[in-house]
Amino acid sequence: MKYMLLIYEDEQQAAAMSDAERAEQLRSHFAFLGELTMFGKHVYSEGLEPSLASTVVRVQDSKVITTDGPFIESKEMMAGFYIIEAADLDEAIAWAAKIPDAGRAGVEVRPVYDFTAMRP
Amino acid sequence: MDDVQAAVAGAYRAESGRILATLIRLLGDFDIAEEVLQDALATALARWPDEGLPANPAAWLTTVAKRRAIDHIRRRQAEQRRVEAIAPLLPTEDDMDLFDDTSSLTDDRLRLIFTCCHPALNLDAQVGLTLRTLCGLTTPEIARAFLLPEPTLAQRLVRAKRKIRAARIPYAVPPDHLLPERLTGVLAVVYLVFNEGYLASAGSALVRTALTAEAIRLGQLLHQLMPDEPEVLGLLALMLLHDARRAARAGPAGELIPLEEQDRALWDQAQITEGAGLVERALRVRRPGPYQLQAAIAALHCTAPSVADTDWPQIAALYAVLHQLTPTPIVALNRAIAIAMADGPLAGLALLDAPDLRAALESYHLYHATRADLLRRIGRREEAAVAYQAALALTTSEAERAFLQRRLTQLSGA
Repeated sequence: MKYMLLIYEDEQQAAAMSDAERAEQLRSHFAFLGELTMFGKHVYSEGLEPSLASTVVRVQDSKVITTDGPFIESKEMMAGFYIIEAADLDEAIAWAAKIPDAGRAGVEVRPVYDFTAMRP
Repeated sequence: MDDVQAAVAGAYRAESGRILATLIRLLGDFDIAEEVLQDALATALARWPDEGLPANPAAWLTTVAKRRAIDHIRRRQAEQRRVEAIAPLLPTEDDMDLFDDTSSLTDDRLRLIFTCCHPALNLDAQVGLTLRTLCGLTTPEIARAFLLPEPTLAQRLVRAKRKIRAARIPYAVPPDHLLPERLTGVLAVVYLVFNEGYLASAGSALVRTALTAEAIRLGQLLHQLMPDEPEVLGLLALMLLHDARRAARAGPAGELIPLEEQDRALWDQAQITEGAGLVERALRVRRPGPYQLQAAIAALHCTAPSVADTDWPQIAALYAVLHQLTPTPIVALNRAIAIAMADGPLAGLALLDAPDLRAALESYHLYHATRADLLRRIGRREEAAVAYQAALALTTSEAERAFLQRRLTQLSGA
């Protein structure tokens, strides 16, 4: 079963990081990615540009309206994600806990909807 | 017909947790398991009047429920084959499991309780689900016990089961490296249920015996399933020792009687002996923990012939150790009370008036009630009155309110 691990960060804190800290963060993510891949659990992952680069798109009366910035303004913003394979929530949680940023703001573990699962 | 209904109700009470736990494992779903169990109960109500009561009603129910579960699974697999339109599935290992009647090494109730108390569920959901599935309490019963509207509780249970399904919370006993932490969570739920029944923070009833009985039942189940875990022993001991004093805690008008004034003849000695024995067994394992320490303290209270003859210095020492493990203001408060008994009210007041503790407990009614009591004992009546008033402003229990008011009146009278 697939889970999305959504990484949240305090953008002010992130912006205040030194080059060395940023490099270390990147390195630790590559290490995490390596471990996921080694266990065959990695599906897809990306880091995101900060929320100032976001645009919200709405369509009202066939008109496309764009707004600058993220959908929801908050102290913590989504900074990146991993989509992984895991047998159950406990395994997904164990992986999420290894993400370097879990020790900062936190990681949301969200199950990916499984269209192939049948329920009578 | 009454005999049959009584027999079904009795079997449900005693065995529904166990049967449901197994059904959930077989069917992989809480709601379907519940449906199958209800179906088996309906069958019993329909057939027992004609066929007579079975020699072992619980076993009868279990067998019928399992058969229904297997039927359900066969139907489900047949549907999947139709939909998938590929070569028919050969019987899988899962099919074979069902027909294997030897009990697995793990009691399904242990799987169930760890699932209900999974940290990914919020605490209210954990409590509700545990009471519903393991204890077999109905939704209205649980709602009444926690003073909640029934639809609120029902919705809570629906959401919890949905979360278990959607997030795929595993139906399993946690692996060894996660067990200590997860067990702490389970014990916290059981103790919460016990305290809800024992303390009854709002409303006029002092003790809700149904909840304390269920909590003790859960504690005994855990003891049976995990006999070597010292904190399990500790919690069961603690609940038994508290519960042993139940008859002496409330006066005829429902007013609260504090420990010092309780009629010890009303304490359940057999239960005290049982609890004290469990404490000793737990401490021998030499893995001390908060429940064991609290139980040891309770045992010292319960085995003392009187307040004066209680080993207060030992209790104070135990609270000091407890404070190291769980440095909460409440533990500090209780330690201060013990020290007041061992070394006099002034010693206790000195601890209570420490600025950190005062700040932490400013809005806790028992803090003020305790200070009031100590001040009263040394004759500082005006300060005591102020403290009683502070406590009165904060307490939510009618029994406690009556007690504090009585003390306050006595002050001005004396």
